Amino acid sequence: MPVLARTLEAAGLSTVFVTMMPYWAEKVGVPRSLAVEFPFGHSLGEPGDVEQQMRVIRQALNVLETAEKPGTIIHSDERWLHPTDQAIKAWQPKEPSPVIASLAPSFKEMLRKRREQRE
Amino acid sequence: MTVDSFKFLPRLIAMFYRLTKREPQMPIPWTSLGRPLNECTFGLVTSAGLYPRDSGRPFDVERERQEPTWGDPSFRVIPSDIESGAVGVSHLHFNTTDVEADLNILLPIHRFRTLVEEGRIGGLAASSYSFMGYQGFPPDTTEWEERYGPEVAEAFLNEGVNCVLLTPA
Repeated sequence: MPVLARTLEAAGLSTVFVTMMPYWAEKVGVPRSLAVEFPFGHSLGEPGDVEQQMRVIRQALNVLETAEKPGTIIHSDERWLHPTDQAIKAWQPKEPSPVIASLAPSFKEMLRKRREQRE
Repeated sequence: MTVDSFKFLPRLIAMFYRLTKREPQMPIPWTSLGRPLNECTFGLVTSAGLYPRDSGRPFDVERERQEPTWGDPSFRVIPSDIESGAVGVSHLHFNTTDVEADLNILLPIHRFRTLVEEGRIGGLAASSYSFMGYQGFPPDTTEWEERYGPEVAEAFLNEGVNCVLLTPA
């Protein structure tokens, strides 16, 4: 999705991108980003937590107002208040996506070979 | 605090990102704000795979099931006064339970109404837009960049939008 931020910005809109993956936002070159350490599917926080959602949105608005140069990434201090291992399971679809289901066996094989090469 | 991009990623997906080499195409686009936020109209864009249920047009996940390396590049218009229960989600790459419970974690239309009421921002566009984030494997965002992204930009500009908040799923 970071390419859409670039496309809209290039068309004459001022954008702010709220992202769980600042690593990728930096590589694509997003104009302005707020990075949040939340599980996927939860860019603005937890369902029903209006205050948290408003805090994140206000931080994003501040990024829009204060960023001075393209490629600005500001990291939010918001934390996900659930155990990480649970959160990793909870955000994923109940069934693996079609591409994961079809490619997982060859990925696993690749990981196994890399491990063998290291040993 | 520095956000760890890989904290919630399973190993396979993390590996894909770590092995993908990419450098930003320069220059990074930039449109100066030019006015205070309380004079700005906002547009919202998400890649959560949202669609109005009464449109009967979910994203084409059936084709994706047949063709797992393809992802639907089109977008759906979500009226910004839509009731939460009237929004459907078609996305095969994350658990949609939470966004179905509260639309605002990915498309914050109710939160933005609060911001308009308190005068923090000038307004919210009548239409919000949803894409579906999975663009195939390896990802191909050509259609987003050349067709659908510019279409959304033009619609926003025609509606007098100045600023856009983007929320990936």
